[in-house]
Amino acid sequence: MSGAPEDQGYQSDPRYLHSHEGTPEPEHGTLRGYLTGFVLAAILTVIPFWLVMGDVLDSAAVTTLLVLGLGAVQIVVHMVYFLHMNSRSEGGWNLMAMLFTLIIVGVTLAGALWVMHNMNANMMHLPPMGAEEMLHR
Amino acid sequence: MEHGSALMHVLLGKLTLDAIPYDVPLIFWTGVVVAVLTVAVLGTITAAGWWGYLWREWFTSVDHKKIGIMYLVLAVIMLLRGFSDAILMRLQQAMAFGGNMGFLPPEHYNQIFTAHGTIMIFFVAMPLVVGLMNYVVPMQIGGRDVAFPFLNNFSFWMTASGAMLIMVSLFIGSFSRAGWLAMAPLSEAAYSPGVGVDYYIWGLQIAGVGTLLSGINFVVTIVKMRAPGMSMMKMPVFTWTALCTNILIVAAFPILTATLGLLSLDRYLGMHFFTNSAGGEAMMYTNLIWIWGHPEVYILILPMFGVFSEVISTFSGKRLFGYSSMVYATAAITLLSYLVWLHHFFTMGSGADVNSFFAITTMIISIPTGVKIFNWLFTMYRGRIRFEVPMLWSLAFLFTFVIGGMTGVMLSVAPADFVLHNSLFLVAHFHNVIIGGVVFGAFAGMNFWFPKAFGFRLDPFWGKVSFWCWLVGYWVAFTPLYVMGLMGVTRRLSHFTDPSLQIWFEIAGVGAAIILVGIAAFLVQIAVSIRNRHALADTTGDPWDGRTLEWSTSSPPPHYNFAFTPVVHDRDAWTDMKRRGAERPTAGFSPIHMPKNTGAGFVLAFLSFVCGFGLVWHIWWMAGASFLALIAVAIGHSFNYHRDYHIPADEVRDVEQTFARRVAEQGAV
Repeated sequence: MSGAPEDQGYQSDPRYLHSHEGTPEPEHGTLRGYLTGFVLAAILTVIPFWLVMGDVLDSAAVTTLLVLGLGAVQIVVHMVYFLHMNSRSEGGWNLMAMLFTLIIVGVTLAGALWVMHNMNANMMHLPPMGAEEMLHR
Repeated sequence: MEHGSALMHVLLGKLTLDAIPYDVPLIFWTGVVVAVLTVAVLGTITAAGWWGYLWREWFTSVDHKKIGIMYLVLAVIMLLRGFSDAILMRLQQAMAFGGNMGFLPPEHYNQIFTAHGTIMIFFVAMPLVVGLMNYVVPMQIGGRDVAFPFLNNFSFWMTASGAMLIMVSLFIGSFSRAGWLAMAPLSEAAYSPGVGVDYYIWGLQIAGVGTLLSGINFVVTIVKMRAPGMSMMKMPVFTWTALCTNILIVAAFPILTATLGLLSLDRYLGMHFFTNSAGGEAMMYTNLIWIWGHPEVYILILPMFGVFSEVISTFSGKRLFGYSSMVYATAAITLLSYLVWLHHFFTMGSGADVNSFFAITTMIISIPTGVKIFNWLFTMYRGRIRFEVPMLWSLAFLFTFVIGGMTGVMLSVAPADFVLHNSLFLVAHFHNVIIGGVVFGAFAGMNFWFPKAFGFRLDPFWGKVSFWCWLVGYWVAFTPLYVMGLMGVTRRLSHFTDPSLQIWFEIAGVGAAIILVGIAAFLVQIAVSIRNRHALADTTGDPWDGRTLEWSTSSPPPHYNFAFTPVVHDRDAWTDMKRRGAERPTAGFSPIHMPKNTGAGFVLAFLSFVCGFGLVWHIWWMAGASFLALIAVAIGHSFNYHRDYHIPADEVRDVEQTFARRVAEQGAV
């Protein structure tokens, strides 16, 4: 029943009054970082625009895939340069949250596509009908 | 005349006097009774002059403890509404046989089962869960409030606004008839042309904003604001389950928002996401709503698993058996809950490969759940068990929930599901896990933490009456549904032709009546406890020999919870501190920085309610004006720089010394 209270479970150090685990202030980025991000984002926007408007490639499927791929890179650029996310920020929590998000989004998209494709394959296929025709049946 | 009606249309949209259901006596008289009660309550408050107190101390409060209590009050009020619906359904089904059509026409009956499901999940179970988390989590982690106190107040009022919108549908217009998930294409404008589904959509969207924001709030609170020394693996289990639940909320609720958003585009702007013409895909609605819907059931049950862990450990006088396995089981359930959604529509037409995949993932979920059950059993093993009311609820949970889980595994077998789906067996199953899990957990939690919140225990006699009525009532009400489900009786019917079934429905009705007594006993329990509050008083702040940090504070705790942030060395931090003879600091206090109350959350939520009402009735000026006002108030609030204050050190010292003296008189720590 002796000893200073701090030893026994109460902390009187004012540092802990807001108890943020002593994590350092988040990084706010530099001008150089923002400019790099901006230039990269602009390039990654212009390329898909050019691919579509200039009719550069013959295959629409390849164009679609390229646009989607560049869009994914764009997301990464935004996260790194504008949201300042890396594997160490917020004590690794950002990376964890990111991985969890990717898993959930992946499961949702892939699962929904698989489920709906499977159901479509099992459907009785009727002759195709135009929207107009269907509305006025 | 023409001109006048056009003007009325602009002013009131689809709203006319016919929307008041004065021609349906049941609803009309319910409306009259509710109106009289409301006037009586408001009149009492006005006469007693409580408005100022309520506004200053409760409505505008950013204190997580008061917000938690307000959530629980909302949940209990909505429970009374949802349970009235249940009684009406049980009465209807007990009498509507052969020539007797009962007292509810089918279209009214459909509204009742839709309202029952919607209210019980969104406005009873969710507020119970969020309310308990609000009250308990910040104190368990040694914090003074949540990370975003204003957001917390706003979240509560958004939930309350959603509930209000659903309640208004009872008296102005009608509610959805499309079931609690508003499955398309039935919920589309072509088949549900009235305002019912719109009430459903906007009620849920408004409440959903609140839920999502409180999810974010709690994830941040738990990750960032734990007391020094409390590593992830030293967090109390309730906090762990709360963390997983809130991660689920953050990941799942946007899917609900998007799905309902697409449905409203269909209904309001004539689009074709889920219609059965013009390229719409109604099955996609089922798919999307269950991608949210399955995590939702774990959002409800996981925190209750946390409650049972705390209660069983406390009343067995032992630390929780298998803490790590409990944490990993919780995390596994969190992830697995995203991989099972198709088991809600095995019969929609997927192939054997898809159905098998989802059947197996569903069966796998029962493994971590089983781990938890064994952990609770081993915690009790050789423990010194005290059969207090919270412990009774927990024991009843173990027994009831295991059976509900087993019928769930039966339903997870896809071929069996082809026989059992859409039957009363399913209805019995999910009531088995929701009543046996969520409701029992909420009662265990409320009985457990009530003395912490109000400074006196709940009366154990009436608590036991309530407990036994709920337990017996549940089994009497739902065993007949299991039996009839196995015989192939489908759900959601307002009339039956086979007279041999009537006896089962009569038994189920008796069960509902027993539950009604249980609910009444709970209200009596509160009233009796308030009357006997001096005899039931908890002066030490630790009435149950608790194990986690919330029990180290006084009952009720001071605004700031902890004068000094506790330092955590062990899992059951408070047990550890008691064992090592920690002394309460009585000197060296410094001023405490606290957030200030604000009415902005209430105003924003009220404007959301008005906006929702305008959208439901197509009163565009009202929706537009209130939406603009919403944005203006939100921007205005961001210029409010008077958000905090300091509690002077002298005041803290007085409060703490008074408490320390009172505890010393009791001879406790």
